[in-house]
Amino acid sequence: MSGASRMSLSPATTPGAARDPLWLRVLLIAVTLLFLGLFLLLPLVSVFYEALRGGVRLYLASLVDSDALTAVRLTLLTAVIAVPCNLVFGLAAAWALAKFEFRGKAVLITLIDLPFAVSPVVSGLVFVLLFGAGGWFGPWLTAHHLHIIFAVPGIVLATMFVTFPFVARELIPLMQEQGSEEEQAALVLGAGGWSTFWRVTLPNIKWALLYGVILCNARAMGEFGAVSVVSGHIRGRTNTMPLHVEILYNEYNFQAAFAVASLLALLALVTLAAKELVEWRARVDMRSAAGTAAGEEK
Amino acid sequence: MSIEVQHISKTFGAFAALTDVSLVVPDGELVALLGPSGSGKTTLLRIIAGLEEPDPNPDSGILFHGENVARRGVGQRQVGFVFQHYALFRHMSVFENIAFGLRVRPKNTRPSKEAISAKVHELLRLIQLDNVGNRFPSQLSGGQRQRVALARALAIEPRVLLLDEPFGALDARVRQDLRQWLRKLHDEIHVTSVFVTHDQEEALEVADRVVVMNEGRIEQNGTPEEVFHHPATEFVMQFLGHVNLFRGRIESDHAVFGPWALQNSGSAQDGQEARMFVRPYDLDIHTADDGRPAMKATVTRIQAAGPTAKFELLDENTQPIRVEMPHDRFRAMNIAKGDQVFVSLKDSRVYVEDYVI
Repeated sequence: MSGASRMSLSPATTPGAARDPLWLRVLLIAVTLLFLGLFLLLPLVSVFYEALRGGVRLYLASLVDSDALTAVRLTLLTAVIAVPCNLVFGLAAAWALAKFEFRGKAVLITLIDLPFAVSPVVSGLVFVLLFGAGGWFGPWLTAHHLHIIFAVPGIVLATMFVTFPFVARELIPLMQEQGSEEEQAALVLGAGGWSTFWRVTLPNIKWALLYGVILCNARAMGEFGAVSVVSGHIRGRTNTMPLHVEILYNEYNFQAAFAVASLLALLALVTLAAKELVEWRARVDMRSAAGTAAGEEK
Repeated sequence: MSIEVQHISKTFGAFAALTDVSLVVPDGELVALLGPSGSGKTTLLRIIAGLEEPDPNPDSGILFHGENVARRGVGQRQVGFVFQHYALFRHMSVFENIAFGLRVRPKNTRPSKEAISAKVHELLRLIQLDNVGNRFPSQLSGGQRQRVALARALAIEPRVLLLDEPFGALDARVRQDLRQWLRKLHDEIHVTSVFVTHDQEEALEVADRVVVMNEGRIEQNGTPEEVFHHPATEFVMQFLGHVNLFRGRIESDHAVFGPWALQNSGSAQDGQEARMFVRPYDLDIHTADDGRPAMKATVTRIQAAGPTAKFELLDENTQPIRVEMPHDRFRAMNIAKGDQVFVSLKDSRVYVEDYVI
């Protein structure tokens, strides 16, 4: 009874909060807007302002510069390899953690967060330690003429490591909440494992999966620290977009640096838009599924 | 299609969920697995379905119509399974849910689109939900979801139907209706069915046979009448309805409980402890001592709502006693709270160690 009365009280107290004095509300909103403007909007605007200061012609010229194009290509290549790999790994990890009980499960959950917990620079150094010329596998790799560090494979590996948790993190709580009863029902009805995955598991997690992929992609394209350590900054060969921006900036070529940076800023905007779209779609899906649940018979 | 369970054990770590359970479910019957939570009833059901593996044992087996299916995977056993929380596919319409089992068949045995549609509509009519095919599970009431889950299980024309706490998640009124509906449905389609429940009333009302389970073993397997009126063990007696327990001992050829002495036909030794169980309606109350052996008691509570009048009494040793009697008798007697009354015995069951007198 006390629980019910407390519940009926809470909506009554919320409108009370809206009766705060006008000056307080104005002040709070102003502080928020000022903060957002100063730390989010202003940098974004300044990136585009600096990029276009020298005129559109110069802006485009900085983008079609061969080193810039290589950096864009390498960034896209890295994302194209790292994101699908992390999609599969993340899905497998989330599946294993959410649907099965086994020894060491807690350790595995912690391990998945490791890339978030460790500084990206340290992650990069780990790969140097493993695959660098003086590293554990260095001599063997040199003997077989394989290049990982200061080459594209190292960049891809470092990016994959840093972006690993995004997909798994999105999926684990959702899959845990959904449990495995629907999968069991599908199996009893004669569906095979593959068919159960495509027809039952995947549709239930598709929005969370897409959301994870979008975040993973944004980070894969924007990663700086870990990639910086393993790339070696070889112009036109191992520079990704963030690294290229840094080099241009260090050479006082601000206009070109901001031009490339504006591409990354655009990517961020596209990512935010895509994320909003996915969230909105997921909500619509949920609402249409929930529909007019009220007023049913019984 | 009969079901035969032979020497099945199942342990989870150190916990023995089932200990050497054997059971036969005759063809076409509706059988209830009844027991408290942790008695192993759901584990047994899941083992029959193939959702759980029994402990390895060369003598164990799961036989459908004499054929051992223990080595078959869950998808190959052709069982209909209704989950406690329905486990409907949330992103599929009711129609797609019911059609699922047919759609996932291999190409050569998959019915045509038209045949699937016809089958689904036939099942929708059977569960009296013809017009909800396009809705999603979240748009249905609990009772409707339960029926959709049943239709989905029936779509694959299962050899046996297994239901895990089929009415567990429903409110009392819907439960009543659905329980009668399930009984009627079973009488129409006659597929051998096993359902798990912890509700004794449900088991007794719906099932042809009731299998009472406790701590991973079968306590009794019989018709509802048998388990209720001739409980094989103390557990069954106590689990099926309210019961009064009286402690006493064997004295020569009688079992003596306070004022009551019962003939001892068994081979119980003198001085051995005995326990007598009496249903509340097998006790009688008088306002005056009429010479019959009776226990003196004080009325502490009278509850006259419901099909019978219920009394709570305290005997001279302040042991609580429950008594039930028809309303007309209660009205004729004029008893009030605090009255001294005499309790006599109409029927009872006495247990001495391992056997029944």
